[in-house]
Amino acid sequence: MSSPLTVLPVIAPAIPELFTGVGALVLVLFGAVFGEKSYAFVRWLVMLVLAVALILVYLSSGVRVEAFNGAFVLDGFARFMKIAVLWGSLITLYIADSYLKDTKRQAFEFPLLILIATLGMMLMISANDLIALYLGLELSSLSLYVIASFDRDNVKSTEAGLKYFVLGALSSGMLLYGASLIYGMTGAVSFAGIAKALSSGVSVGAIFGLVFILAGLAFKISAVPFHMWTPDVYEGAPTPVTAFFAAGPKIAAVALLVRVIEQAFPGIETQWQQVIVFIAIASMGLGAFAAIGQKNIKRLLAYSSIGHIGYVLVGLAAGTPDGVAGVATYLAIYLVTSFGAFACVLAMNRNGHYFEDINELAGLSRTNPALAFAFAMLMFSLAGVPPLAGFFAKWYVFAAAVNAKLYPLAIIGVVTSVVGAYYYLRIVKIIYFDEPREAFTPAPVAIRFVASVAALLVLAFVLAPAPLVNAASHAAKSLF
Amino acid sequence: MHNLLSTLILIPLIGAAFILFVPKGREGSLNNIRWIALITTLVTFGVSLLAWQKFDPTSPAFQLIEQGPWISDAIRFKLGVDGYSMPFILLSTFLMPFCIVASWVSVEKRVAEYMIAFLVLEALMIGVFAALDLVLFYVFFEAGLIPMFLIIGVWGGKRRIYASFKFFLYTLLGSVLMLIAIMTMYWTAGTTDIPTLMKFAFPATMQKWLWIGFFASFAVKMPMWPLHTWLPDAHVEAPTAGSIILAAILLKMGGYGFLRFSLPMFPIASADFAHFMFFLSLGAIIYTSLVALVQEDVKKLIAYSSVAHMGYVTLGIFTLTEQGIEGAMFQMISHGIISAALFLCVGVIYDRMHTREISAYGGLVHRMPLYAAVMLIFTMGNVGLPGTCGFIGEFLTLLGSRIANSWVALFATTGVVLSATYALWMYARVVLGKLVKPELMNIKDLSLREAMLLVPLAILTIYFGFHANAILDVVSVPTEPLLAALKTAVGSVKTASLVAP
Repeated sequence: MSSPLTVLPVIAPAIPELFTGVGALVLVLFGAVFGEKSYAFVRWLVMLVLAVALILVYLSSGVRVEAFNGAFVLDGFARFMKIAVLWGSLITLYIADSYLKDTKRQAFEFPLLILIATLGMMLMISANDLIALYLGLELSSLSLYVIASFDRDNVKSTEAGLKYFVLGALSSGMLLYGASLIYGMTGAVSFAGIAKALSSGVSVGAIFGLVFILAGLAFKISAVPFHMWTPDVYEGAPTPVTAFFAAGPKIAAVALLVRVIEQAFPGIETQWQQVIVFIAIASMGLGAFAAIGQKNIKRLLAYSSIGHIGYVLVGLAAGTPDGVAGVATYLAIYLVTSFGAFACVLAMNRNGHYFEDINELAGLSRTNPALAFAFAMLMFSLAGVPPLAGFFAKWYVFAAAVNAKLYPLAIIGVVTSVVGAYYYLRIVKIIYFDEPREAFTPAPVAIRFVASVAALLVLAFVLAPAPLVNAASHAAKSLF
Repeated sequence: MHNLLSTLILIPLIGAAFILFVPKGREGSLNNIRWIALITTLVTFGVSLLAWQKFDPTSPAFQLIEQGPWISDAIRFKLGVDGYSMPFILLSTFLMPFCIVASWVSVEKRVAEYMIAFLVLEALMIGVFAALDLVLFYVFFEAGLIPMFLIIGVWGGKRRIYASFKFFLYTLLGSVLMLIAIMTMYWTAGTTDIPTLMKFAFPATMQKWLWIGFFASFAVKMPMWPLHTWLPDAHVEAPTAGSIILAAILLKMGGYGFLRFSLPMFPIASADFAHFMFFLSLGAIIYTSLVALVQEDVKKLIAYSSVAHMGYVTLGIFTLTEQGIEGAMFQMISHGIISAALFLCVGVIYDRMHTREISAYGGLVHRMPLYAAVMLIFTMGNVGLPGTCGFIGEFLTLLGSRIANSWVALFATTGVVLSATYALWMYARVVLGKLVKPELMNIKDLSLREAMLLVPLAILTIYFGFHANAILDVVSVPTEPLLAALKTAVGSVKTASLVAP
């Protein structure tokens, strides 16, 4: 009986995903037919698909609608996060081109894998039950394992992919185990159903399930103590892939974590809060201290990203609309800063040879003042020094924690941010204070563009913080 | 013109942008950059005089207020000045041209970046004193770390990297604790508007924690003993102009912070912690004076003497008396002038001999009579000789401490003797005596450029020594309502504790 007219409203919320999915399938076929040569064309089409999906998401209203029997939800929060993720994928493809060219890895699979991973991430963000959650997560994860080892002749890259895969599979197992426990204890897979079942009381089994789910998700966002893979994967993966990992997949996984916590377990705040507070403190601390000794810029940024996930979790630990708004603001600012930083890393290149040792940046302020300034501003922003955007990101999450009376968490957090400031300053020191080395080859337009736009956004955020902040708080309200 | 203050903040930034677009590497481009920087700072000073014209020093209210939307309805962009902030804005804009001229020849590498860093720093300093929103204040307060970090690190001396890191991390650590306090105030009062918060009565126990948060930041910035160890390092390594800004303006942000935030917003805690502050202030006055005595580096000696002088400031503020607070304000202004001048004096001989060791000098008076004369004025100012502006501040703070606690006054007065000892001894070793060192035989007296820098400061040192009212009349206006409010707040707690069983 289902004519197209009655089906359409049911699938309407998922149109961006459907479009992306269909696009991915068509382009796989296209690539398979035309082979290696089709890289440039597929890349443009993938970027087009992503751009159209982005516009479709923009056009959606942000009013909460469910689809597929409640497995899929579109609300303001999902809209905000999907926009961030889609931007991440677009920028990745934009800056990856010159790197793939220099390393002779211009294969059409690369844009396609990014596209499929993006589809998985969009499904994660919109997941409204445990099964949709797992499907989205695996779709994106499997694509990520492959692109981590995309530089297949490079030992480090293949090692990164393998490590990521083995540990990722383990964490998926934990997640599934947790999900089955939750289902066993509550008899529901939908988030609303779980929340309803737990509102009348919580059993030990359900708490076990919760902890396993949190552990699985903590792996995906690389929170301590499930962070071990991050430095190796960040270092081994091709640099544009690392830039991608630091942005989209993390945002999607955090969004998923927020949704699970706020919609499936809102009634047992005391139970999940202690877990989140612990992993937040551990991540902030490890991110701050472990990065100090790093000499490889990608490893350094890996530890930095672990620390930043800790700050994001501070906002989540508050468990309030303010906190979730802080999380959304933080992720958006981190997305911009992180891409800017990785664009700068991609600019560390002399005649097609890419460098990762931070000492290669020595004296950059004299050989390339503009790039040096952009890099320094991005580092100060990551350190959270006002007036740069990174300060406001921290302001919102810590303000939420203070409002939730989590004073020890807030104080430990700001103190670790001072420790962390040390290694960002060290990069600034190498760039500005040290004697110059041989200049880098002028970077392609795409990389210069992304680095300078990111630095400008980070600098100018202080002038007009309201639009992003309002969008984030609007997104957060849709979860409560 | 009712956006005078934001104009003041903008002018240096516009000047910096100009410098950015000066074509580099051509003949004369360095001079163009220097002139742009100098003109910008002079224009800024001119506009700040205009602001002073419009400012009514007899009114305790905030003036020249401008506001606009910023982060949210509760956190707005709001600027304004009163009798505490206006003198500091004038001091900042007044000293800035001196910094530029002092770096005219001594800074040769990366002149454009240097001038840009100074101009940005000037904008941020004005912002700190003009901000009437707590978050805005914090943003300006912290943002100043970035240019100062670069100034020390790029144009500093041998151990510049160590000094710049220590400066940055030390100050940042203090400030983040203040940030937590600001957040708590935001949630408690629902706003970060400074005039509103000054009237808001925070619960007594909360006041204590908030006070500690602000203390952490201002005590490091001030710097108070025993948190002062970053200052000598930063001073020794910073270029002359960096030292001037550091001593004359950046340190004052700590004292300004105590007056602007700690006293009016946490009156009960301020009264409770007064003795603690006395103790630390005495530590600064006596201990760091003794440390200054044994220094072999001229700049380090002046740095330690700055810490000791800031001890008088905190002492004066926390006597919670009119004399003490006004004396502290006066001391900050006069120290701004005198320490700037002393660092310029050090710069003069450093540019000639490239050493700051006291033992490398001696008998300069024979070759540099003019230098010896102005240096004498500033040394006397540093000692606190009556007739120089250094005397008024010290005398008033000691008077205030005598009212508050005579033991404290007794110990604090020993600092006067100690400061005379180290300052005069240093002067004797550097300037007086016989000229025996062969490398000093051909040293030249002040150039016209240097004389033009030092003479105005010498005139001001003496002028304020005789016309103290020029400053006191301005700072006394906001002091009276501050003390009245303080009395009521502390009094209400005392009666409450009497009533309670």
